[in-house]
Amino acid sequence: MDLDKFKVHGEPLIYGAMVSIALATIGIIVGLTYFKKWRYLWREWLTTVDHKKIGVMYILAALLMLFRGGVDAMMMRLQTAAPEMKFLDAQHYNEVFTTHGLIMILFMAMPFIIGLMNVIIPLQIGARDVAFPRLNAVSFWLFFFGAMLLNISFVIGGSPDAGWSAYFPLASIEFSPTVGNNYYSLALQISGIGTLITGVNFIVTILKMRAPGMTLMKMPMFTWSVLITNIIIVFAFPVLTVALALMMFDRLFGSQFFTMANGGMDMLWANLFWVWGHPEVYIVILPAFGIYSEIIATFSKKNLYGYTSMVFSMLIISLLSFLVWAHHFYTMGQGAMVNSFFSITTMAIAVPTGVKIFNWLFTLRKGRISFTTPMLYTLAFIPIFTIGGVTGVMLAMASADYQYHNTMFLVAHFHYVLIPGAVFAVIAGFYYWFPKVFGFRLNERLGKHSFWWIVISFNVTFFPLFFLGLMGMTRRMYTYSEETGFGPLNMLSFVGAVGLAIGFVLLVYNIYWSTRYMPRDETNDPWDGRTLEWATHSPMPVYNFAIVPKVKTRDALWSAKHENIPLYDDKTITKIHMPSNTGKPFILGVIFFFLGFFLVFSMWIPAIVSGIGVIIMLAFMSFDQDSGYYISVDEVKATEKKLMRGETV
Amino acid sequence: MKIDASKPLEYSTEENSNKIFGFWVFLGAEIPLFATLFTVYFVMVNRYASGPSGSELFEIGPVLMETFLLLTSSFTIGLAVHAMRHGYKKAMMVFMAITLLMGLAFVGIEIDEFFTYVHEGATLQTSGFLSSLFVLLGTHGLHVSFGLLWGIGIMIQLWKRGITPATANKTFIFSLFWHFLDVVWIFIFSFVYLKGLM
Ligand code: HEM
Ligand SMILES: [Cu+2]
Repeated sequence: MDLDKFKVHGEPLIYGAMVSIALATIGIIVGLTYFKKWRYLWREWLTTVDHKKIGVMYILAALLMLFRGGVDAMMMRLQTAAPEMKFLDAQHYNEVFTTHGLIMILFMAMPFIIGLMNVIIPLQIGARDVAFPRLNAVSFWLFFFGAMLLNISFVIGGSPDAGWSAYFPLASIEFSPTVGNNYYSLALQISGIGTLITGVNFIVTILKMRAPGMTLMKMPMFTWSVLITNIIIVFAFPVLTVALALMMFDRLFGSQFFTMANGGMDMLWANLFWVWGHPEVYIVILPAFGIYSEIIATFSKKNLYGYTSMVFSMLIISLLSFLVWAHHFYTMGQGAMVNSFFSITTMAIAVPTGVKIFNWLFTLRKGRISFTTPMLYTLAFIPIFTIGGVTGVMLAMASADYQYHNTMFLVAHFHYVLIPGAVFAVIAGFYYWFPKVFGFRLNERLGKHSFWWIVISFNVTFFPLFFLGLMGMTRRMYTYSEETGFGPLNMLSFVGAVGLAIGFVLLVYNIYWSTRYMPRDETNDPWDGRTLEWATHSPMPVYNFAIVPKVKTRDALWSAKHENIPLYDDKTITKIHMPSNTGKPFILGVIFFFLGFFLVFSMWIPAIVSGIGVIIMLAFMSFDQDSGYYISVDEVKATEKKLMRGETV
Repeated sequence: MKIDASKPLEYSTEENSNKIFGFWVFLGAEIPLFATLFTVYFVMVNRYASGPSGSELFEIGPVLMETFLLLTSSFTIGLAVHAMRHGYKKAMMVFMAITLLMGLAFVGIEIDEFFTYVHEGATLQTSGFLSSLFVLLGTHGLHVSFGLLWGIGIMIQLWKRGITPATANKTFIFSLFWHFLDVVWIFIFSFVYLKGLM
């Protein structure tokens, strides 16, 4: 075996990272042993099938990845802050922007959203659990170990370096001979399978497990957005699965899918990638629309304006999202007809999106608005996202795109869409639902501090990039000369990035501070909410609802509180069936991790052994007869009493 | 676990009917998966570079045999489910065994076909056409092979535990999977082999 393959060469930065990873790992192991927390970790977290806990783990992992992707972003902004910087070399810069994009979209934004939906969806539809709790754990561990596989790439063997879109021939073995893009194909494949399973799970959960009386058109808007998102996942992710498999065949087995000779076709990759990639963007943005709708309604104390049109606009967006993929390569010679078609479909997306924006504005109109932290993010989202959208329409015009294509203008545009459209939303959702999960609110003063840092710095970071793009600065350029005149605006952008970093650190500090000092909420419904998740206790018991509510109106809890439409017809408590914990999904994740790792390095025999391990684990899971356990009526009553704190059901 | 006696055993609990519905959704995901593979194949079909084309490679004999085996096995798995509904465990096991044996023969012929191609110098690496052919057929074949293992697992459970709501549910879902593979094969048969031979 060739040990040299594992080495990453000569950068002090990387050695530093290796040392800190090693130290952190040792620290965690020692800490867990010293505080005797191994059993706790295993029993309460690694083997859990509780959707709330799985959701919390998703969110923790996503926050971690936000910082990993953020460090990459800072390194890029530092490298381009001034002309002729010598901080990163070209190869390292390539690796950094590739992992930044990948991590931010696939291992930060999407898991954050999946985390929120894990925590909230069953509560919001009045269910006790998701449809397949064990598969849910499988999803999480596949995502987690896929993410870890990508994350070790930069210390073992080298990171992918062909951009997050991994265009061929750039990503082929000839042009990218390190194992980086092997990591790309395998890490994404593993976590992608997890995502696909989530998609199936939540479609069934939402369609089959709603509380009695909750018809489709009575579902809360977040649930709607998640349903549509999961339908997109189920249709889009198989395309990624195939694309990544073909990539793996090309790189590991010498097949001729995307090669430049022997009948290969590099454009095939671009098409497959974006057939998945464009809908993927909506997978992270549609749930954000759902989150904002909930927050706007709650903090304006009004029904969401235009509920039906909100639902239909999301459906239309999701359909259109599959018809626009070629706008990502207008300039690659596909002819005027094709470009016109994709130009029109792309611009058409602005219409349903505009409908949503107006609906939100109408909801705000004459509302009794309270400016809480989640509401601030929501209000900031509207104008910033609109700028992103308008510049998107500019890019959608195929002829104009010959000018902006692959410049910083594009980088500015998609950050103007993704950051308010996904990052602000998950932070807003995080603040909004945090008290539900933990029973206390995050500090509002710190929250607002962090908000202003993030929102102002965001604009300082990315607005200059529009001008840089128009001045001709191309994206993915690791350095430039003095004469270009790009220097000052890039420096400004770097300053903004530092401000953003401060904002995010404040966010984490807020979590720490609030955990220690915030008073525990007296009520289960701190924001005067409208939907079912606020009808149970905070934090909620494992079984979510002692009695399953009956839904008669759209905002069921609001109606119960203010219109005297009771949530419960019958208050008898019965015994509750729950799934029991299992370590198998975790073990399956670990084996997948090794399978991926061995394939990355073409170590066939261990790879085959791991593959057999996967099959054995699947067999174990199929033979498993555990059918869960019951929580007795007395136990439910006792728990309810303890959680009640003066409230009645 | 509440059992609803008015429904067939495989649907009789809420969990069971969710599982069946979930599996339909999963099959919904298999459609874009195979659709993508077919699309890739159609894009690549004339890109055989210096390698052989489909008409030079394909032989109708083994393919007809494969088709016959898979179609018949789709019928026998239906019989197994039918026997299950009547509670005939033995008949059910026999039909499942026949199904799996035919699946095994199918995989055997396919492997033999692959060996023949490679022997004739037509490998995964030869051309874009062959890469896409091998991956399309291979993905289907892998599904069938996986089905074999899965089916054996279900048979063991049936044998040990009898026809219960859980085993009935698994068998039914397995039958959906098996029918689906049959449908995919009909597309492969028509658009890969027959069209290639023309
Ligand atoms: C936290 C502040 C962020 C900063 C300072 C930042 C900075 C950058 C920069 C400078 C680039 C361009 C690299 C180049 O072309 O040379 C870039 C690319 C990119 N960013 Fe960000 N970014 C941030 C957050 C995000 C977030 C939250 C997302 C997604 C949710 C994201 C997604 C992407 C993607 C997809 C690319 C393209 C990568 C590629 O070219 O392959 N970024 N970012
Ligand atoms: Cu797009």
